[in-house]
Amino acid sequence: MGMKESEYWRWKEYNWKDEDADWKDFDIVTAGVDIGSVSSQAVIMGDNELFAYSNMRTGSDSPGSARKAMDWALKDTDMTLDDIRYVIGTGYGRVNVPFANKAITEIACHARGANWMYGPSIRTVLDMGGQDCKAIRCDERGKVTAFLMNDKCAAGTGRGMEVFADLLSVHIEDVGRLSFEIDEEPTPVSSTCVVFAKAEASQLLRQGWPKNKVIAAYSSAMAHRVFTLLERLGVEKEFAITGGIAKNEGVVKRIERELKIEALQTDYDTQIAGAVGGAVFGKTLVEKGKA
Amino acid sequence: MKANYGYKDGSGEYFITIDTDKCNSCEECVKACPAGVLEMVPNDFDIEAEDMPAVTEKERWKIKYTCAPCKPVDREATPPCIEACKEDAIEHSW
Amino acid sequence: MKVAGIDVGAKFVKVVIVDDGNLVSRSSRLMGFEQKESIEEAFKEALEKAGLKKEDLTHTTATGSGKTEVPFADDEFTEVSAAAKGAVNLIPSARTVIDVGAEEGRAMHTNAKGKVLDFVINERCAAGAGSFTEAMARALEIPLEEIGPLSLKSKKSIPMNAQCVVFAESEVVTLVHQKTPKEDIARAIHDAMASRIISMARRLSIEEDVALVGGLANNVGFVESLRRELNMDVKIPEEPEYVPAYGAALAAASRAGGGS
Ligand code: SF4
Ligand code: SF4
Repeated sequence: MGMKESEYWRWKEYNWKDEDADWKDFDIVTAGVDIGSVSSQAVIMGDNELFAYSNMRTGSDSPGSARKAMDWALKDTDMTLDDIRYVIGTGYGRVNVPFANKAITEIACHARGANWMYGPSIRTVLDMGGQDCKAIRCDERGKVTAFLMNDKCAAGTGRGMEVFADLLSVHIEDVGRLSFEIDEEPTPVSSTCVVFAKAEASQLLRQGWPKNKVIAAYSSAMAHRVFTLLERLGVEKEFAITGGIAKNEGVVKRIERELKIEALQTDYDTQIAGAVGGAVFGKTLVEKGKA
Repeated sequence: MKANYGYKDGSGEYFITIDTDKCNSCEECVKACPAGVLEMVPNDFDIEAEDMPAVTEKERWKIKYTCAPCKPVDREATPPCIEACKEDAIEHSW
Repeated sequence: MKVAGIDVGAKFVKVVIVDDGNLVSRSSRLMGFEQKESIEEAFKEALEKAGLKKEDLTHTTATGSGKTEVPFADDEFTEVSAAAKGAVNLIPSARTVIDVGAEEGRAMHTNAKGKVLDFVINERCAAGAGSFTEAMARALEIPLEEIGPLSLKSKKSIPMNAQCVVFAESEVVTLVHQKTPKEDIARAIHDAMASRIISMARRLSIEEDVALVGGLANNVGFVESLRRELNMDVKIPEEPEYVPAYGAALAAASRAGGGS
């Protein structure tokens, strides 16, 4: 069954390189490798400027995924791994990045990465990944002041949405858009638990609710759940949402509505935030002579 | 920093919060816990700082269950980790 | 005196008819789309089996998450009390009653009369209830009735990390791909479930004897894991899934003044 569901969950694997930059002009080249449970990223930065990166699915083993991601980030450059001064491993597989000089938890890296992407005014970051959800508060230097992780329960994660997309046979990319194609906002699904919410949704469908209305009811339940998590931590402006769900405007808009705060936008792919943070950490460590 | 370890699921919110600004890294909480829920880990958030206590990765998803015996329903009791901490650095959300 | 107990759960509705303390009939219906209809049907069936008419019943008490949905019930009884009362009546030595249904798990510490002294409930998370085993059987691609006996064949305990039904499904699929024997996976599933239920029950002082009721008591694999984890014997009444309904019927009898 897991196989079938993944059909509806697709995002592009890709790599990117800054065509205008020459790495030989940089003083310090560092990298961050983020091995998550669903996706992996390798980011190469020169003097804290983004130079090249890759974003791909995590394979069955962390060391292999780390190598692949790194090779792919390096692919269109004329660099080799040896040209990188310092590599930080982060994410769930951080201790299994064979070529990393140091491992740092994803929370610390994520805050640092968000600070880099959104600027020093960022205070609260909500990261909603495929299998987890984390909320981080940080100061103007990207140092964490409080955090909270939620990776035990599928509700409020991409996986929870995936189960729904599968139940309704819609593509995961379309869920956000469809959730607004409704006459009026329905009452949210009352169960938090994905298993019970799914049963509730099936019942609603049988009662004749259109698909989009069910999607809307689930999206707002998910948004509310995340909102209550954020409440525990306290939300301060500026606020941003990263991770796979950041691409689902159906959930994002509803979180913003509850918080009464608009999330900051960025042109960067937010999936690379953790790896960017790792590379930024790397540079700090090199400068401090700790590398 | 307030580090919240635990989760929220359909049944409620179960977080152990460790305030690293209050914590003096004495390790008493780790020793006091009868279920091995806590461990000392490097402080990745502040590289200069000493090790800090954290909920082990293995236990983060089930503290509602693992911590249950420390929360009897028939009498008042403070969980041993909270009791052990002289700095009031540990809180439970439930 | 004839009375009825009705247990309206999320999945099933169960009806028990008791005459002067003796069970005379029972019936069970899958909760359909129209809740009220399923309740009526189950009730009618139990009456027919007993050869009785509605008017013959002195009192009817409802329990279960849908206890307020029974139009013909005289009153209601909490799920916790119903399970405890029913269990202690059937197993008089029981002082700790564990009740695991499809959507909820609970544990009660009771006195000799089956009165609840303390209780704990696990609700609204499917990982702490029978739904977990159902979903895991599906992930293993075996019928639900087979998962219990299958796990008894296992000699090896392997850990199961996921604590959420959704994530556990993926974990089971991965274990199957890694060619882990299905019996070992089945045991891991029951061990995980038993461990959650027991840690929850440890918030109470677990006094022997321990009785297990509710649908999951029919699952031999779960029972075995529970015994192992508790390191105590676990007593199971016949037809454990009817115990809460039976408890409600006993309450009906005493409320109608007949004692029990
Ligand atoms: S509430 Fe449901 S989705 Fe959340 S952990 Fe429990 S089983 Fe999983
Ligand atoms: S007992 Fe308190 S001060 Fe000591 S390590 Fe634990 S949290 Fe820190």
